[in-house]
Parts: sequence; C-alpha cells; structure tokens
Amino acid sequence: MDLILVNIIDGLVTGLLLFMLSAGLTLIFSMMGVLNFAHASFYMLGAYFAYQISIALGFWMGLLIAPLIVGVLGAGVERYGLRRVHQYGHVPELIFTFGLALLIEELVQFIWGKNQMPYSVPEILDFTAFAISGNSIPAYKVFMIFTSVAIFIGLLYVLTKTRVGMIIQAALSYPRTVEALGHNVPLIFMGVFGVGTALAGVAGVIAGPVLGTFPGMAFVLGSIVFVTIVIGGLGSLWGALAASLLIGWITTFAKSYNIEMESILNGIGISTPDNLDESIFRDFWSITSPQIADILPYILMVLILIFRPAGLFGKRSS
Amino acid sequence: MKSITKLGAVSALSLIIGASAAFAENIKIAFIDPLSGPFASTGTNGLHQFEFAADYMVNEKGGLLDGQKMEIVAFDNKISPKESLIQLQVAIDQGIRYIAQGNSSGVANALTEAVDKHNRRNPETRVLFLNYAAVDPALTNDKCNFWHFRFDANADIKMDALTDVIAKDESIKKVYLIGQDYSFGKAVAAAANEMLGKKRPDIEIVGDELHPIGKVKDFTPYARKIVSSGADAVITGNWGADMLGLGKAIIDNGFTGPIYTYYAAGSGITGAFGESGKNKIRLISQGGINPIATEEARATYEAFKVKYPDGNIDQSRIFNVIGMLAEAITEAGTATDVVAVASKLEGMEYESMWGGKVFMRPQDHQLIQDMNVGVHTDENIDFDYDNSGFGVFTESTVEMASMDIPTTCEMKRP
Repeated sequence: MDLILVNIIDGLVTGLLLFMLSAGLTLIFSMMGVLNFAHASFYMLGAYFAYQISIALGFWMGLLIAPLIVGVLGAGVERYGLRRVHQYGHVPELIFTFGLALLIEELVQFIWGKNQMPYSVPEILDFTAFAISGNSIPAYKVFMIFTSVAIFIGLLYVLTKTRVGMIIQAALSYPRTVEALGHNVPLIFMGVFGVGTALAGVAGVIAGPVLGTFPGMAFVLGSIVFVTIVIGGLGSLWGALAASLLIGWITTFAKSYNIEMESILNGIGISTPDNLDESIFRDFWSITSPQIADILPYILMVLILIFRPAGLFGKRSS
Repeated sequence: MKSITKLGAVSALSLIIGASAAFAENIKIAFIDPLSGPFASTGTNGLHQFEFAADYMVNEKGGLLDGQKMEIVAFDNKISPKESLIQLQVAIDQGIRYIAQGNSSGVANALTEAVDKHNRRNPETRVLFLNYAAVDPALTNDKCNFWHFRFDANADIKMDALTDVIAKDESIKKVYLIGQDYSFGKAVAAAANEMLGKKRPDIEIVGDELHPIGKVKDFTPYARKIVSSGADAVITGNWGADMLGLGKAIIDNGFTGPIYTYYAAGSGITGAFGESGKNKIRLISQGGINPIATEEARATYEAFKVKYPDGNIDQSRIFNVIGMLAEAITEAGTATDVVAVASKLEGMEYESMWGGKVFMRPQDHQLIQDMNVGVHTDENIDFDYDNSGFGVFTESTVEMASMDIPTTCEMKRP
C-alpha cells in the first residue's frame, strides 16, 4: 500500500499545479464577471518565455522573469483590449478572450515552431529526492509542491491581511462604492488581471519541464481549468484550491488502479450477463477506471451543477 | 532565426499554391495530415520531408514524363477522420490524383474507405492513397483495397522485428505494454501479446493498458504502475506529445530498463529526451541514419539540412514514397491514369538509398523492407535529431522483415 502514499504525492503535484492556474482565473472571473478563455494561453507563454530565458540566463532567472513578462502582457491585454471591449457587454468580452487564445497559439507556433522544446529540469533539482518502495519522487516535484504552497499562502495573506487586499476584495464586490471612496478601480482591475496571468505564467514555468513545452499545451489543460473553478465555486480562492486537489487526486487514483466497471457492478449486486460479447452494453461493462479518468472531473462538474450550482465554496445564490 | 525559416516556408508554400494555377500540368500530391493542434509538429515535419523529397529527387532532376513537376499540396486535417474526408473531397475537386497521409490509423481507415468508394463511383477521377506512416495491420488485411499502398512496415511487422530483439535478451522477464486508445494502440498490444507468447513464453506481460490519445496531461500515474509492476522493459506505440510525456514520466519516476518504442525520435522528441533517455529509449524503424546507409543518403541528408537547418529526416520512407511513385509514373508513361500507375507500383522492387532493397508486395500492397532497432544515444552519431547531439544508432537489423507474413487481403482489381 506504499503506492497510496506515492499517489497522494503525485495527485498533490497535479492539484497544486491546477490551482495556480485556476486561482488567477477565478479572481479574474469574480472581478470582471467574464471567463478568460485565454488563461491557459498565458500558462503556455510562461513556459515558452522561461525556456527562452533559461537558454541565456539559466532556469532560475526564467522562473523570476518569465512570470513578470507574462503579468505585464496580461495587464496590457486588460488595459488596451478588454477594457475597451467591456463597454459592449459580456459576449464581446468572451469572444475577445477566445480570439486571443487562438492568436497566442498561432504566435507561439510562428516564433518557436511546432516542435517540442527541449526545456528541462535544472541540474541541481535533477535527482531523486526519496523513493518509496522503488517509486522515486523527483526532487523537482518536491520543489513544485513548495513553490505552489508558498504562492497560495502569499496570495491568501495579501488578499485577507493587507490593506491592498481589502481594497481588492471591496472592489470585487462593490466597485462603485470603492470608486466613490477615491480608489482607482480600473487600476485595481488591471493589477488583478496582471497578477492572475502572472500566476498562470508561474504554473507554465514550473510545469513546462515536466509536462512538455509544445504549442498544444494550452489546449490540453484549457478545459480542465474551467471545470476546476466551476466545481470550486466561481470567484472562491478556497474553492479553487479544494477543487484542484480533488481533481488531482481523483484522476491520479483512477489512473493508478485498474478498477473495472464489471467488479463495481458485481459489487452492487448486478451480475454479469452470460453472453457479454453480444450484449449491447458490452463496452460499458468493459470500462476500466484509467480509460475514464480524464472525464471524471467533467462528470463531477455536471453533478455539482445539478446539486449545488454555486459550486463547493461558491457564494452566489442567483 | 526560426521565425525567418517559418516565414520562408509560409511564403514558399503560398508561392507554390499561387503557382499551381499557372502550371496546371503539375503532378500534385495532396498531403492530408495534422498541421495544427497537439500533433502539429509530427505533421509539419512530414510535410517538409515530402516537399524536399519531391524537389530534390524529381523536380531538380528535370521532372517526370515531359518535364512535369511534382508538387505537394498541404491540407490540415487536425487529426480528425471527419475533417480528413472533407479535405479529401477538396483535394479531389482540385484535380489531385495522389493522396498522402500517415498520422493516425483512424484517419487512414476512414480515408481508404472513402477513396475506395470514390474510385468505384467516379472511374474518371480515381485517386491513389499513399500511406506513409499509418501502420494498423487491418489496412493491408481485412480493409485492403487496390488504391491503398503502405510504405511503412505495419505494426505486426515492426512488432515481429522488435520481439526478435527482445527474445534474444535473457535479462527481460517481465514486459509492460502501454499505448494510445485507438486502432493502432490496440494492434500493437495484440501483436506484442501474441508474438511474445510464441517467441518467449517465459516472459510475463505484467501490464497491458491503453490511455486516451492526445488528452493525458500527466503520465506520472501510469509511470508509477509501470515501476511498481516490476517490469524489465516497456513496449509502447505512442507518438507525438504522448510519446514524450510517457517516456519522460517513466524515466523521471525511476524506471531503468529499456523502453521499446515505434516513434520516439525527431519532431523535438529526441532533443527533449536528451541525456535522460540515453541508452534507455529504443526505436524500431526502417532506414539507416546512423551509420548512414549509402553515400547518396548522406548527400540527401546534407542537402536537406541546408534547406531545413532545424529539421530532421525522421521518416526516410517518405523518400521511398516519392522515388517509387516517380518510377511508377515513368514506367506507366502517365500520371493521370492511376490504374496504370498502381499496376506498376505493385510488385515493384526498389533500391532504397536508406539501405537495402524494398519490395511492394502485390497481394496486399504492403512494402517489405529492412527493419532496424536503434538506441537513443550521443555516441557515433553522424546525423543527430533536433540539433541536440543525440540521435538513433542502429543496433540490429532484420533484413526484409516478415517477407512472408500472412495476409487476409482479398484484393479486387479494377
């Protein structure tokens, strides 16, 4: 049962990575009321920028500089793109971010080509931290866990304990009142957008070496990020964390154990039909958990939307 | 630098497309493969090799018949069978008679059926399907037809050669099979089970599983299962991002044995594996690159590098496609009567510059050729992939692999 511990660690890594993406997205959503389809594209940009910087200045400078560039780009997109489109309502905003996602993917392909980039783990982290009965845990994964936890704590501290955080929270719920009190609300929006995209950038920087840096990386992760914030409750940071970890663990465990539909159904008292090969439910009976691991989060999302439309930690009653 | 190359490629492509209207007599080959999405790099690299092969082997030597040029027209199918059928129709409407496709046997199955149907209904605009990489055995067995020619060895032939090599390695007692969940991945698993069972009944298959194609973000859980199963070797038919993701996860999480693959080279994969994959990744393929098979191949590769400094010849069979098609068209004396061309193509023996003689088996249109098992390394590499210093070095060769492999094909000739 050592494998359980290993899977818990693996699921934690996946979940925390997902959290860094969904944290920014959920903040941006609660601020502007609009889903940013281009969010995963900023994640991809983070990885590519970090790769480019790492060639010249090494991995650590990449980790430092790339998210900054992504954040500035994100802020620029808000200031000169979204803010102008905002006056025409939500649908143009959605279409704008959707177009932006396609544009970024094409740009990345244009500049870096369609191949996988040889962006790899820095040498000082390229060793096995420890092993649990033959399953080695790379030091880089430990590093990923600590980085994401540090970011979560930092974010939580800024949002709940500092004056800036209070103004942001106030601006998210009552922008007009905050504006009347003399705060520059558009600046706050721009800042939140920039920080949100920078977080996605950080996720890209540290995920790029493990999950691969290629033009399809945004596409592969894009939809699952939306699922995460819907499950967690739109606009809730805690919700994003809980949902990310939940999804990380569900998919990891489902892939690690070959649970067969047949044994589940037998377990609840339905016996296997005698002539399974001719049965119309044959495919259903022969499903195994790794095959459906990646759609489990979507099933979970549908269930959440039916039974708890606001999400796990969502406050919206409407 | 890269962007300039890209710009050049794009403008060259648009020039070609623009020029095609002016020289209607060009012999056009429709290249239907993914040029966007997760598998874009595989498709684009194939396209470059086709374009180069057509220019280098045919056009620069004066063309075919009365100096007709060969021209590759690219169509993006986004790896979707549905999209491919639309692109096939577009290609046929443009008067193209030769269809080249390779990535995904799912697409190839749809295309071969559509081509067969089209050719039966429209005898005056018949097309040939030149399959350069889709290796589902069914394409030259149950689903074979006269219009389909496969230039790569099918999954069974590759597995036959691969298991020959594995069978000789006494240290391998347990094998783990993992692949993408579609026709090709299933064919690989079935062939491995059957052939290992015959050649080395003492080898235990400790895992046999499929994962969704192009959708897995993180292969770590699969790697954990492989390590904890105690496997000595892994066999996978994965390609593109799925190959790199799986390979990296397996190596990072502590697996030390050999990983036998079909497609773990080129398209950035070799570069991304780099040092970590050295002497672990093994590859079954046709065509000898290291050591290079012939001086002609060396000259060709060097010329290719001049045109595409960032590119690889990782699918040398593409040069066999162009070479054999050119020879068939010359022998038939026509490029428009595809029945005549196909008749010349079947049964053709062709001296490949990448080593050995190749033979297009007439009974099922499967090309029989030498198969090599190579290792990912940076030692003794003449031509590396991805400018990484790493390449694939041939360790063993099976000559004219599976020359007499049985086929269930019942070819109906027009």
